[in-house]
Amino acid sequence: MKRSRRQFLKVASLSFLGLAGARFLPGVAGAATPNAVGDKAFSSQPAIYRSAGKAKKAVHWGMVIDTRAFAKEPVKFQQVIDACHKYHNVPSIDGKKEVKWIWTDGYRQAFTDQMDNYPAEAVIERQYLLLCNHCVNPACVRVCPTQATFRRSDGIVVMDYHRCIGCRFCMAGCPFGARSFNFEDPRPYIDNVNQSFPTRMRGVVEKCTFCSELLAEGKMPLCVEASGGAITFGDLGDPESSVRKVLAENFTIRRKPTLGTEPSVYYIL
Amino acid sequence: MYNAKYIWPGIILFVVVFTSPFWMNMGLGKYERPAVALPLTEKYCVESREFMAAEHMQLLDYWRDVALREEKREYVATDGTSWTISLQNTCMSCHANKVEFCDKCHNANGVDPYCWDCHVEPRGNN
Repeated sequence: MKRSRRQFLKVASLSFLGLAGARFLPGVAGAATPNAVGDKAFSSQPAIYRSAGKAKKAVHWGMVIDTRAFAKEPVKFQQVIDACHKYHNVPSIDGKKEVKWIWTDGYRQAFTDQMDNYPAEAVIERQYLLLCNHCVNPACVRVCPTQATFRRSDGIVVMDYHRCIGCRFCMAGCPFGARSFNFEDPRPYIDNVNQSFPTRMRGVVEKCTFCSELLAEGKMPLCVEASGGAITFGDLGDPESSVRKVLAENFTIRRKPTLGTEPSVYYIL
Repeated sequence: MYNAKYIWPGIILFVVVFTSPFWMNMGLGKYERPAVALPLTEKYCVESREFMAAEHMQLLDYWRDVALREEKREYVATDGTSWTISLQNTCMSCHANKVEFCDKCHNANGVDPYCWDCHVEPRGNN
């Protein structure tokens, strides 16, 4: 039996069409359409996913830190840091392997874009509460190769530790030093593990999340609660919100504005 | 055949080593489903027992993406009950016995999920 090239092409193209067409016929293997659970096909499961009704929502979450109030009561620094680090199982490691979500530093370290030669003494001497700025143009998100860190629709820059491969590009990208790497298993460095929040593992980068897990429960971030009014948190997109009122009444600065990352954390000097 | 005195023993050795899992498991008895410790307080999980046994891994994998990346932290099950999506705070609050529940089946089936590298095991162990 001898086939011509013409015959072969006829049979081949018809069988290809038949295979391609079978996908759209019901009941043929491979024709199953994904069911209601998002874009993921489960065998039989019409479940619904939604955000909880009690969750706090915003167009753009932002924060204003009143550094005068912290200067008046420096004990607040430790209260705020403890509230955050204890809840979020942040290990206390000294030295180069330090892990921090919220910390303090001096004026010259925090506000390197301020060009004034002779700033007010009170301003220089103060300590400043520093944390992830949840930038509008986050450099860390741009450089992340796995999209483990990303900016949510409400402006919070969060980490998905499940996806982090520990390349530390984000740490190189972040101009604020807001990210810490887990050089080793953090568990031995956590005194009392909070049972309602995960720890991290060796080889992932971590940082402040603006307490997104608490906002989902309708609660305010822990630093805001622990600050006793020195930190205002709210929706920058709503002109009537508490943050916008504080911003309208006070002169505020942001860290390193010339870099164009547009931080969402403002400081009253 | 060249070098038959090397090749034949080599082939035989390869076949023996390659099929050794079958020999070693001979006579060890049939695989039995491990009896996992079910929660004492609750009778029904978020979905039916069959579904959970077969597809909890896909469900949890999807939950983590939906909760973290899509900000949807509430799951309305097929029976209409709504649950907060959280391995540590929802799943493990009933399945408080990780050793007798998760580990037992995972060990028997030779799977080693890394959930608990980060997520904290419930205190009610043992």
